[in-house]
Amino acid sequence: MLILLLIVLLVVFAFQAIRAGKLLSSTLWLAGTSAILSLIFYLLEARQVAVIELSVGAGLVTVLFVIAINIAGDEPIESRSIPPRLVAAGLALVFFFLMGWYVLPMPSLTVMAAGTESSLGIVLWQQRGLDVLVQAVLIFSGVLGLLGLLAEDKPPLEGSAAEEVMTRREDEMNALEKGVARLEEMQR
Amino acid sequence: MILSPFIFLAIGVLGLLGIGFYGLMVCRNLIKIVIALQILEKAALLGFIAAGSFNGQVALGQSLAITVIVADTIVAVIGIALGVQVRRQMGTLDVHDLSSLRG
Repeated sequence: MLILLLIVLLVVFAFQAIRAGKLLSSTLWLAGTSAILSLIFYLLEARQVAVIELSVGAGLVTVLFVIAINIAGDEPIESRSIPPRLVAAGLALVFFFLMGWYVLPMPSLTVMAAGTESSLGIVLWQQRGLDVLVQAVLIFSGVLGLLGLLAEDKPPLEGSAAEEVMTRREDEMNALEKGVARLEEMQR
Repeated sequence: MILSPFIFLAIGVLGLLGIGFYGLMVCRNLIKIVIALQILEKAALLGFIAAGSFNGQVALGQSLAITVIVADTIVAVIGIALGVQVRRQMGTLDVHDLSSLRG
């Protein structure tokens, strides 16, 4: 029964995340969805993933969203969607019922099969080692992509970097000398 | 059909998928679209863990779920950065306005 309650809460939170008018409230509903999801994982004995989901899904991603909303602004966009809302809701419901009709009568859903269980460390590092490699590559490419996206446009240097620095220094020195000369004149 | 916990979980997965697709169709804000994608990926995550748990292979489900979490986070980070840059360059986050831009 606890699982049923959590599932209902999960769906309600997810729907609120889509329905909320402000981006910030939407982000907070999403964080709540992640927190409930991690509770469900904990109940399903998947404790490591529960911790990761709670820290990454409800923590890191939420902080990133909040920073992005601070930078980009939380302006409300005209609520008229491109397909009418009713059509979109109808399509989503049709998807839900068709998938349910296909998935729910499956016999494996009612019969729990007993499998051989090994620890997460063995599965992750030995059996699914390629996945870990892919994750590392994914993180690396994600960081590179992020750096490329967040890079600010700067005008390219016209000469070599050393010349550029020298001219800047000369300009600063000239400005300083002018200031000193002006001070001396004022003292006289 | 017996109402086992797995039936509830399967309904939850389908519900999250439905809400995610609805969000992708309805939302016009670029950051909101990333939020809809996050909900879709949470459905996949729940599906993996539920299937692993009820087949007695929690570790395998967890291992796949960790991969999904990494991919999910990278998608969110890239999507957010893209949204911020689009807002800086074009001055709007509305996908309808962006799609009508020419040049």
